[in-house]
Amino acid sequence: MRLTLEQVRHVAGLARLKLGPEEEQRYQQQLSAILEAMEKLRELDTESVEPTSHSTLSGFLWREDLSRQSLEVEKALANAPEKVGTAFSVPKIIE
Amino acid sequence: MQLFELSMLELASKLASGEVSSVEATRACLRRVAEVDGKVKAFLHVDEKGALAAAEASDARRKGGKPAGPLDGVPVGLKDIFLTEGLPTTCGSRILEGFVAPYDGTVVRLLKEAGLPIVGKLNQDEFAMGSSTEASGFFPTRNPYDLSRTPGGSSGGSAAAVAAGEVFGALGTDTGGSIRQPAALTNLVGLKPTYGRVSRYGVIAFASSLDQVGPLCRTVADAAALLQVIARHDPLDSTSAQLPSPDYLAGLEGGVAGLTLGLPREYFVEGMDQEVERAVRAAAEELRRLGAKVVDTSLPHTRYALATYYLIAPAEASSNLARYDGIRYGLRAADAKGLRELYALTRERGFGPEVKRRIMLGTYALSAGYYEAYYLKAQKVRTLIRRDFEQAFKQVDAIISPTSPVAAFKLGEKVDDPLAMYLMDVFTLPCNLAGLPGMSLPCGFTASGLPIGLQVLGRPYDEARVLRVGRAFEREHDFAKRRPPL
Repeated sequence: MRLTLEQVRHVAGLARLKLGPEEEQRYQQQLSAILEAMEKLRELDTESVEPTSHSTLSGFLWREDLSRQSLEVEKALANAPEKVGTAFSVPKIIE
Repeated sequence: MQLFELSMLELASKLASGEVSSVEATRACLRRVAEVDGKVKAFLHVDEKGALAAAEASDARRKGGKPAGPLDGVPVGLKDIFLTEGLPTTCGSRILEGFVAPYDGTVVRLLKEAGLPIVGKLNQDEFAMGSSTEASGFFPTRNPYDLSRTPGGSSGGSAAAVAAGEVFGALGTDTGGSIRQPAALTNLVGLKPTYGRVSRYGVIAFASSLDQVGPLCRTVADAAALLQVIARHDPLDSTSAQLPSPDYLAGLEGGVAGLTLGLPREYFVEGMDQEVERAVRAAAEELRRLGAKVVDTSLPHTRYALATYYLIAPAEASSNLARYDGIRYGLRAADAKGLRELYALTRERGFGPEVKRRIMLGTYALSAGYYEAYYLKAQKVRTLIRRDFEQAFKQVDAIISPTSPVAAFKLGEKVDDPLAMYLMDVFTLPCNLAGLPGMSLPCGFTASGLPIGLQVLGRPYDEARVLRVGRAFEREHDFAKRRPPL
């Protein structure tokens, strides 16, 4: 499986990564090699096998939907790169 | 033996008798950090003030005859993946540089409630992705047994700190071997509990269907005692098992007589280091001498585990790491024009090469047109790997194998070859895919003095038996008493 440079750019876009030209080439080569190693799985017939999505062995648990103390606004905002009053500040979204 | 060389339980007994105070033990750790961490580079952050305050509080409790638990006052370290209120928590990433956790994760809270002073935060591969701690966004950690070599990863800082005597024990996380492999490379006991045994609330997520928290210690009994503190149901983690934890120390000395142990033939492969293979086979022979029945067993899908893991874990990581976008915390590329560029530039600058590689791989495996061929296929093979273990555990009580195919490798040796690095997890990651408990413990040294690890895998929630098998082997040897030549 050989990835094209366009595919690398497409995936980087989906992942919201801005790669430099050198990085694009390195990832093209490395990801192609990794995906080739993954081809091994095709040897197996898994037509009738159920997928395992999780390691949980005792099932997921639900708890009561009770209201409880949330993180204080001040603490939640303490690590914000930029904030305005009690809100996170973001660049303008709609032009 | 110096104070900093004691096991957690040896120190605990001296704290209980009043022979040593927690402040003395904590100061011994801090002195040791000052002496050796310039070479070892295990710590990202030392919390001298917080650790000493916790130690003083512990001494006051002991003096008043009301210790918070058996390990009250024993200083430990934390992989930097654990949210620790008021302390920097970076997960080894530049994207979280300067982030101060606003609350304690559940295991951190449990450690504090049990009275264990937290000496600091320990280095790791960025977002726990790596097997050598060279993928840390800050600096690589060095193996105390040979400073030109890796301590393993991703919990390499935790392993190196315990091995070097900078803390008495530490917590790490294990997604594909990140507790067991560094334990093997640094002569420690490292335990990955059953998925669901320990809460992951407040643990920075890598691959949520695989991540689990566990102890790195100098002895099997220490690992049992530390597991006892953290293993309990937590309503804040929906995957946390609602099962009582047994007394992990109670049956520890039960021995292996009457147990059947399996040696999976697929775990003794070409390319494995001869010294590692010899040490592990000798350990199996010894367990037989101690009364266990040791049989050949088969886990036929083992050779598919690496590909399965390196599709599933990056896929989950690509989703989990979408939250690092420069909006709510961490790095922000303030010079970006518009929102999309802000996301892309922030992530480009904040993430290191291995994390980007895995995000790319995972995003590809989940993208339209490839989901079924890669991600879904891997999930189906995961079912086959899990069934292998179910079959094997009908015949055997535990499985023994090497932990890592090689002893500690040189820093720089594998950084440019991701596939060679991924191979370091080949014996540890099937256990994560199946959700089982697994432990590594010391089983010898190479001719050049590098530690070798023996892996013990158990049935779901059967940590007690895994520990018992490990202890039966450990008490015949003095590997656990060996200390690095620092």
